[in-house]
Amino acid sequence: MYQTNDYEGMQAETVTMQGHKGDTINAYYARPLGEGPHPGMVIIHHAPGWDEWYRECARRFAHHGYATISPNLYFREGHGTPEDVGAKVRAAGGVPDDQVLGDLDGSLKYLRSQPNVGKVGVFGTCSGGRHGFLAACKVKGFDALVECWGGGVVMKQEELTPKRPVAPIDYTKDLSCPMIGLFGNDDKSPSPEQVNLHEAELKKQGKNYEFHRYDGAGHGFFYYDRPAYRQEQAVDGWKKVLGFLEKHLKS
Amino acid sequence: MCTMIVHQAKIDGGRGKGASGWFEVKEANVSYDHPYDMPLEHAVNIDFVNESAGPGARVAVELSIEAARNLVKTIEAVLAQAEERGVLEDTPQAAAR
Repeated sequence: MYQTNDYEGMQAETVTMQGHKGDTINAYYARPLGEGPHPGMVIIHHAPGWDEWYRECARRFAHHGYATISPNLYFREGHGTPEDVGAKVRAAGGVPDDQVLGDLDGSLKYLRSQPNVGKVGVFGTCSGGRHGFLAACKVKGFDALVECWGGGVVMKQEELTPKRPVAPIDYTKDLSCPMIGLFGNDDKSPSPEQVNLHEAELKKQGKNYEFHRYDGAGHGFFYYDRPAYRQEQAVDGWKKVLGFLEKHLKS
Repeated sequence: MCTMIVHQAKIDGGRGKGASGWFEVKEANVSYDHPYDMPLEHAVNIDFVNESAGPGARVAVELSIEAARNLVKTIEAVLAQAEERGVLEDTPQAAAR
């Protein structure tokens, strides 16, 4: 817990890193100053793009003591405003799961290459929540997962595409770290029924998880710049997320 | 963008006015997914773009379901009226500058 006489400082900047298949992509890296060691976090942006919220989110985690990297998963699509690039990806049906996993693996390796980074967690919202769950199942080395309203963890057969060939729920047995999930009960994607299926599979596979479901909240209730923002639920959700990470990454 | 419902229409003969002025529209991407500005979880999003000119060549519209349905009917009505009056032109040649 922060005390008013604590020293605090951070460095936050755009960096380049090696992603899927050794591709160079850019990322935003925010880290606390001081010797450390610091736990690390990988922040996954939502489908609409690598926008300001994720840079702020990275700084928020850095403020709480985490060396945090947020990779630009749309780097290969060209550059422009986050909305224009995000719209291009939306038109293309998203980015391939394999490529995202390669970029997240690269993000983890980037943090591991730093001299003073300890355990590493992964955090994602919306499609990033889904990607986070995939990463915690398929990429070796994450110590904690924060999944916020991951849409498309549960998928029908007809929803599978070459870019998204496997429903993430089918990888549940491979989940390699504790997870926390936050969901709004008014959300349509994931719906409460899909969250039930997600939880049932975690329970069936004996995984270490905690789910928090909020009444009066829908999709994206952390996004203070959207009508979906729900102050009470967001404040409680952040407390739960930070408490969970404190327990699993700082101990 | 969690629905991933998107279709693309090729546009043969179209211009759009984006942030940097007019450009040739080559594609229209129509999705039912998260909008950027409309205060809805999902909306009908239409992006008039020119993919070969980069992500910035885009004119964006986000519509409610009712507005989208009304727009479709209105376009059809305008085309029908123009056809009835015999003033429809060969659009690709007429629209291309």
